[in-house]
Amino acid sequence: MAPLLEIKGLKTHFSTDDGMLQAVDGVDIAINKGETLCVVGESGCGKTVTAMSILKLIAMPPGRIVQGQILFEGRDLVPLTSHELDDIRAKDIGFIFQEPMTSLNPVLTVGEQVAESLRRHEGLSKKDALARTVEMFKLVQIPNAAGRVHDYPHQFSGGMRQRVMIAMALACKPKLVIADEPTTALDVTIQAQILDLLQDMKDRFGMAVMLITHAMGVVAETAQRVVVMYAGKVVEEADVDSLFENPRHPYTQGLIRSIPRIDLDSKNKTRLEAIGGSVPILINPAPGCRFAPRCRFAFDRCAAEEPLLREVAPGHRMACHLGEKQGAVA
Amino acid sequence: MSQYVLRRLLIAVPSLLGISLVLYIVLALAPGDPFSELATNPNVPPEVGAALRAKFGLDDPIYLRYLRWLAAMVQGDWGFSFVSRMNVDTLILQRLPTTLYVIGSAQILALLIAIPVGVFAATRPYSIFDQIANTFAFIGFSLPTFFTGLLFILVFSITLDWLPFVYSSDIKATGIRWLFEQIRQAIMPVMVLGLFQAASMTRFVRSAMLDVIRLDYVTTARAKGLGQPRVIVKHAMRNAMIPVVTLVALQMPAVFGGAIVTEQIFRIPGIGSLLISSILSNDTPVVMAVTFVFACLVVLFNLIADILYGWLDPRISFR
Repeated sequence: MAPLLEIKGLKTHFSTDDGMLQAVDGVDIAINKGETLCVVGESGCGKTVTAMSILKLIAMPPGRIVQGQILFEGRDLVPLTSHELDDIRAKDIGFIFQEPMTSLNPVLTVGEQVAESLRRHEGLSKKDALARTVEMFKLVQIPNAAGRVHDYPHQFSGGMRQRVMIAMALACKPKLVIADEPTTALDVTIQAQILDLLQDMKDRFGMAVMLITHAMGVVAETAQRVVVMYAGKVVEEADVDSLFENPRHPYTQGLIRSIPRIDLDSKNKTRLEAIGGSVPILINPAPGCRFAPRCRFAFDRCAAEEPLLREVAPGHRMACHLGEKQGAVA
Repeated sequence: MSQYVLRRLLIAVPSLLGISLVLYIVLALAPGDPFSELATNPNVPPEVGAALRAKFGLDDPIYLRYLRWLAAMVQGDWGFSFVSRMNVDTLILQRLPTTLYVIGSAQILALLIAIPVGVFAATRPYSIFDQIANTFAFIGFSLPTFFTGLLFILVFSITLDWLPFVYSSDIKATGIRWLFEQIRQAIMPVMVLGLFQAASMTRFVRSAMLDVIRLDYVTTARAKGLGQPRVIVKHAMRNAMIPVVTLVALQMPAVFGGAIVTEQIFRIPGIGSLLISSILSNDTPVVMAVTFVFACLVVLFNLIADILYGWLDPRISFR
């Protein structure tokens, strides 16, 4: 079965005063119908740019998709103009953004902001669109939905605003929802509620979800498959169980080790391990593996030759020279 | 809402009182009053002059004169113009409509140019259109109105002979013809004032739009597939207009100042030229009244701006 969305060799670069910033540099991601895929990696690794590239929501210029294909139901979105993409935006692919505080227009009622999408894509009248919006608000469990559609964003809390964003993204029943760190800006109890709500909505509408996050906890809880990104490239891809049980790439291992644990008793408690250093600046990156400078297993070959993504077990791919040498990483 | 307007109008009373007090003191301290010419006129005996001064209370202390002026003003007596030999209020009411007509048209012209040009330039920053618009904006607000006014007269009145360069208050025509002449003679002053305003406003609109256009909710609107025009007009512009309204209101004093110069150049019989001529002829009651009217207009436009603000931005409530 062909995947719902297939990103092939995507390269999105930004021109800056210092040169070309290779934010996304050859990314392959596939999402099947009804699947939840997590894209994980630390800030600045290209997760958001990858997601925004799908619907061309990055600023162009300075951003530009230099290479690659984005196949949605077999149709390549890259050559489409922004105008042509308008029929796909929200209709087929919904978007939930990171910052519920700033992602809603402060001068329009939340109801209008959800309804306008319905009017645009489903050709509903003003009245019908508002009625559907009230229904959506009920689904995302906004109390007093019929009254709240007339309120403005500043009258909502962060968690409620994110519910509005979810209602907005799902209003036209898209086949794919891209959620870009939907819980990062929220406090922990609300995070859990929002993730539950997303799961609920997924069960109800059966759409595929591409969940972008940097929290491994969120990944473990929601994903079926995981793509780990580092410095504009995919470094590992696996289903969620094999990723957590048998992480192959040193970066993934580092990410998993850096999850705080409360299940250890005080005797076994150790200092939380962090990955030293930070994400490299992606202007004229050095050849070889981009993670090498921070990798504790790095050897000569890593600096010279870029590791390619290869299958290490069925459905488990990663990009590291280590596996080639030893078969498995210690 | 109406309660808010009422309260704002009440708040305006003390500030107008303060303004009138400052104006009155400054004018009283300035040399010359309507009777200073009598003193130098050899045909008027000094004791007659002194008697007149005493009769009008010109030698009383400032606070007494101010209170007397205020009391008369509140009762609708704006004083008497010794130069024009008529009541100040009739004089101002004769002149005010012309000024409001010219300034109003100029502001409308400025907004009609600035909003579309600024918005369009902001959607394509550093494009050729943006560069050209910026160049014209810089030229526009670098050239003072007294220069562009003379230039317009030279080109359109003298060289091309298309437009009259003296504004006439009594056009000898009726019906459509009168309207046509009325518009024709206003073209140059409105253009001069309007283009000057449009230049700086274009810059404001452009930068306000640039600030808004990169915000998250504009990306959200794009992600809904609304299409560029709707995203710009419905989501970005309404937010960008909030700071622009403030700036337009804050600019009103400068607009009236500019109108004084423009009225002088085109010989428009408005209150700006009335102010100049009454200053030159030491006609203090008229100077006082005209400056006070300007102050009232500025306060009024600020109130309008605040009401617009609340309409544009639901986060501001009229309380």
